[in-house]
Amino acid sequence: MAGSGTAHLRDRADALLRVEHLVVEFPAAGRGRKVHAVSDVSLDVLPGETLGLVGESGCGKSTLGRAVMQLPRPTSGSVRFGGQELTALKGEPLRRLRPQMQMIFQDPISSLNPRRRVGDIVAEPLAVWRSGQSHGDVQAAVRAVLADVGLDYDTAADRLPHQFSGGQCQRISIARALVLEPKLLVCDEPVSALDVSVQAQILNLLEDMKARYGLTMLFIAHDLAVVKSISDRVAVMYLGKLCEVAPSDGLYDAPTHPYTAALLASIPVPNPEVRPGVGGGTLSNDLPSPIDPPSGCRFRTRCPRAGQRCAEEEPVLRHCGDDHWVACHFPVGKLGQALSHTGPDAMAD
Amino acid sequence: MKPVLLDVAGLSTTFPTGRGPLIALDDVSLSLDRGRTLGLVGESGSGKTVLARSIMGLLPAHAHRQGHVWFEGQDLAALSPRDLRDIWGREIAMVFQDPMTSLNPVMKVGRQITESLRHHLRMGKDEARTAAVDLLDSVGIPEPKRRADEYPHQLSGGMRQRVTIAIALACWPKLLLADEPTTALDVTVQSQILDLLQAKQAERSMAMILVTHDLGVVAGRTNEIAVMYAGRIVERADTATLFAETRMPYTESLLASIPRVERPSHTRLQAIAGRPPDLVTRPGGCRFAPRCPYAQPRCAEEEPPLLPAPTPGHTFACWYPVGTPAGDEALARNTASNEASNKAADRAADGR
Ligand SMILES: Nc1ncnc2c1ncn2[C@@H]1O[C@H](COP(=O)(O)OP(=O)(O)O)[C@@H](O)[C@H]1O
Ligand code: SF4
Ligand code: SF4
Ligand SMILES: [Mg+2]
Repeated sequence: MAGSGTAHLRDRADALLRVEHLVVEFPAAGRGRKVHAVSDVSLDVLPGETLGLVGESGCGKSTLGRAVMQLPRPTSGSVRFGGQELTALKGEPLRRLRPQMQMIFQDPISSLNPRRRVGDIVAEPLAVWRSGQSHGDVQAAVRAVLADVGLDYDTAADRLPHQFSGGQCQRISIARALVLEPKLLVCDEPVSALDVSVQAQILNLLEDMKARYGLTMLFIAHDLAVVKSISDRVAVMYLGKLCEVAPSDGLYDAPTHPYTAALLASIPVPNPEVRPGVGGGTLSNDLPSPIDPPSGCRFRTRCPRAGQRCAEEEPVLRHCGDDHWVACHFPVGKLGQALSHTGPDAMAD
Repeated sequence: MKPVLLDVAGLSTTFPTGRGPLIALDDVSLSLDRGRTLGLVGESGSGKTVLARSIMGLLPAHAHRQGHVWFEGQDLAALSPRDLRDIWGREIAMVFQDPMTSLNPVMKVGRQITESLRHHLRMGKDEARTAAVDLLDSVGIPEPKRRADEYPHQLSGGMRQRVTIAIALACWPKLLLADEPTTALDVTVQSQILDLLQAKQAERSMAMILVTHDLGVVAGRTNEIAVMYAGRIVERADTATLFAETRMPYTESLLASIPRVERPSHTRLQAIAGRPPDLVTRPGGCRFAPRCPYAQPRCAEEEPPLLPAPTPGHTFACWYPVGTPAGDEALARNTASNEASNKAADRAADGR
């Protein structure tokens, strides 16, 4: 198989989201050239679960999140939402599913219409999707959802977004996403532009909203500490491919892909006795261009363990521990060692 | 004896606004020796950038600045704009959060470095070009010769920040002010840029003020830390002491709000409730009181002064400091009364 594999998919009919062999390509300058933004990625999210998707800027996380929403449609592959194949749906049937999938973004201020009042911004999805509702019902729904995200309707509804701080704008966009009571919330770097103190408020709010609204979440960010704190399971992504998939705590206890180890080593540690970068090489250089990704393992140009095989053969996700999957020929750590002892592909599905 | 490198004395900066004066910096004093690194930490709006710009004298015309900025014994606050221009770049340089603040989008990056070398160090054209390529190389830019002929938009965010660092370092400044140089970057690029700054700082024994909202960023990379809140320094200590003997509840809260990768997932974060005060209508008393888990009635009435702690070099401003009997008692009192009011609320809810 030439892709990143599907061994890590759980055999569960009730998965709310199941993405298989997803490919998203964009045309690039130059004849026949393409940006390989997402290349054969598979993942699933069970109802009530939060899946974290972590990786550097430009690795395809946001593209993947948007392709799940069919914004724009993926180049190929399957996206099943609640058992329905979204890539085959068109027009009205797809439109009817949209309220069940909502998204929030990194820059809360610019994702809100600067000329509309906050009350109208939050009410807008209702006007579009539940146009039959009475004015009183709409206002009651907006009041309730604003209260849920910690804002008071009477003081907030008539004001404009620029009168709020970044953290409050993120609360407003969360309210706008929740007013339709979606099943799936895709969060694309929702706290990356915020201070640590506001970040903590928003992460706590998302946890509360997940419980109150019974949400399933796809949480995208570049900081593994943030992702781990909110996710049940984490998928590590690099240049359009998955590197490692594991339960959050398992990923931290036994990082097995060299890239995961590097991401962990990059997290700033609020302890003066920990020398930054010690105990796991941090990464040098930038992400290579997704127009012309490296052959074999895409991480090989920055990987301290890269060997001949890495340039020739693409690693496939294989089982290495409890619900723990890694795509690497020379994996690291305790699970990596165990894998090497049992032979290179002995534990593959 | 040589005077200390930087000695900020009673610096205040005010912006007139339609609602009245906004006191962004309120009587800040701070000194820094040669070759030392100071972390300046606080939430956005706490005045970190205004402090850095007030030190530089890089403020908008309508800003009103008071106090002194002694730099090697000379008061920068008393210098004319013309004399200041000779200090900028040469003695003190600045790196901003957004590299595009200091880069010219329509000039090749090599030229942006040579301009400063030719102006300040009176280098010839070829000499400056060679020096610029060497500088790009020294800040970790691959293929520096080729990169020198590129425009800023052709570089990634991390590479652009390296270029601004190269420009800042070009004339061997004695002090580098780095204002949130990594806040807009990914964690992986952040650690590269911080490593670079640290290496350059050590190599040149340059003093550096590293501004950030994240105590994690400065923990392993600074000699001392000053924590700012609402325009004041509220705690200052050498880095090890600040973490080991935190006294100011605000410092403790900032630290607690950082997600820690070693904790189990879904561990609830200790967010600081609410937001920093409005600096135009700020009420008296301790500025942190409305958000402080330790606050007592006295805090709303009297502003705590910045006073020395027993450990040399450690100062803080708080009536009920963390880790002292007074602080422990205050916290216990608040916890008990919170529990009582939660119980009352539960009873009220049950009765409904
Ligand atoms: N040019 C300006 N005009 C008016 N107010 C300003 C100006 N620059 C900063 N301020 C205000 O000064 C306070 C401190 O801001 P700042 O120094 O940018 O904080 P930080 O860098 O800690 O985020 C804020 O309330 C901010 O709105
Ligand atoms: S497959 Fe090779 S290059 Fe890729 S991560 Fe593993 S060791 Fe590194
Ligand atoms: S003086 Fe009072 S309100 Fe201010 S930090 Fe100390 S305990 Fe908190
Ligand atoms: Mg700032």
